Amino acid sequence: MEKETASGESENTSASAHHGHAEESFRSEVRQAIGLNPAKCYQCGKCSAGCPMASEMTLMPHEMIRLVQLDRRDRLMQDESMWLCLTCETCTARCPNGFDPARMLDGLREMSLRAHGENAPRRIQAFHSSFLDQIRSHGRVFEFGLVFAYKMRSGALFDDVLNAPGMYFRGKLKLTPHTIDGVDDVRRIFDACMAEEER
Amino acid sequence: MKIGYFPGCSLDFSAKEFDTSLQAVATSAGMELEEIKDWACCGATSGHATNHLLSIALPARTLALAEEQELERVVAPCAACYSRLATARHEMAEDKKLFSKVTGILKRDFTNSVQVMNIAELLRDNLPAIKEKVTHPLKDLKVACYYGCLLVRPPKVTGFDDTEDPSSMEEVCRAAGATPVKWNKRLDCCGGGFSLSRTGSVIRLGKEILEDAQAAGAQAVVVACPMCHSNLDLRQKAIAEQTAKPLEMPILFITQLVGLAMGISEQILGLNRHFVSAQPIIAKATVKALPAAREEA
Repeated sequence: MEKETASGESENTSASAHHGHAEESFRSEVRQAIGLNPAKCYQCGKCSAGCPMASEMTLMPHEMIRLVQLDRRDRLMQDESMWLCLTCETCTARCPNGFDPARMLDGLREMSLRAHGENAPRRIQAFHSSFLDQIRSHGRVFEFGLVFAYKMRSGALFDDVLNAPGMYFRGKLKLTPHTIDGVDDVRRIFDACMAEEER
Repeated sequence: MKIGYFPGCSLDFSAKEFDTSLQAVATSAGMELEEIKDWACCGATSGHATNHLLSIALPARTLALAEEQELERVVAPCAACYSRLATARHEMAEDKKLFSKVTGILKRDFTNSVQVMNIAELLRDNLPAIKEKVTHPLKDLKVACYYGCLLVRPPKVTGFDDTEDPSSMEEVCRAAGATPVKWNKRLDCCGGGFSLSRTGSVIRLGKEILEDAQAAGAQAVVVACPMCHSNLDLRQKAIAEQTAKPLEMPILFITQLVGLAMGISEQILGLNRHFVSAQPIIAKATVKALPAAREEA
């Protein structure tokens, strides 16, 4: 199993580079990267039955797991469904065989980003990037700055504009950020985690 | 004994009323909270959905700071923060390789010894002290206790209550004199972090939750998470566009409900900060206040 880390370099180039790696299947790559064995899922569908987002997904949770089992990387990584998971953990709490679908979907999203995949809906991707930028800049999330950055990234300029005065008058909108003393500490943690990911 | 306090980014501002009501209730019940100095964001969904190591290392820094302050327990009132801190603690305890990787990144002496608690757990564990301070029991008030996702799931991380049939929030509301209703959607997801990025999903899920609470006869929904609060309160106007008539369902933080029963002022509890007015509930609390005040005199 340890030898599989050698393939890490090809992950950074592109998804198609993997086709040259006949030895390593997608399912073993997932197992290596996430630390879960996809074979543990016996396709009962309990995860999808309780999933609050299943009705909006083209691939339901048990179908995504099945595609991993079948090494169908392209089919899975082209689809946005993994990004619609809210990590409500209902699937993980109820899996009769102790699998952790919520953790697997987190891991698949990370794998998709690493391979520069473009399956994330623009707004969701914009939100995550804006959110993490806030932490890197201030150590905490400055909500007004988050909304502003998100709007610029996503193009959703006029969403919620009508709620802004209501939030302001209820004292729910702070206009200046607070930056923590240890922000350099936080930036170092970010850099170390990103570097670790590249390896 | 001192309890470490991790407010998290929402309580720092948009959900300030959760912070002020919690502090007031804790003081009244004799709990001593000490804020973790210079805490950073837990990373929330954007952390764990994009970088697993970061999603562990960010909360680990906060847990390390708590250790430096010699705190044995930390309460994280936001359910999402609670989940990230408790998950980090759990994963580092289970996976020694991950733990040593994280300590290498943190560059701090860190033993992963701090217990992580959520607000329902903290209040439930202090019920006798809370009951003693209840002067204005909220009789006749029917509430729907809404747990949402992360207080009770996944069980290997949370473990303070039953995953499919929890009772701690109901116990706390009963101590405040209110009557919890039986309903179906108390463990369903509100849409969490999709408030901005996929608002349609949040409205769909919120509508199902609030309609079920109303059908069960609830006069208010009690929450223990700022995201649940925002998705059910701020988004209720948008939900109303899809219902025959507005739901007008007040959404209260559990600490606000307990605070009302303790006779703490509505200014301190921040009850004026909600989009759906909590006045009908405040009125109930005030009516009940009179006999209690007479007894004292």
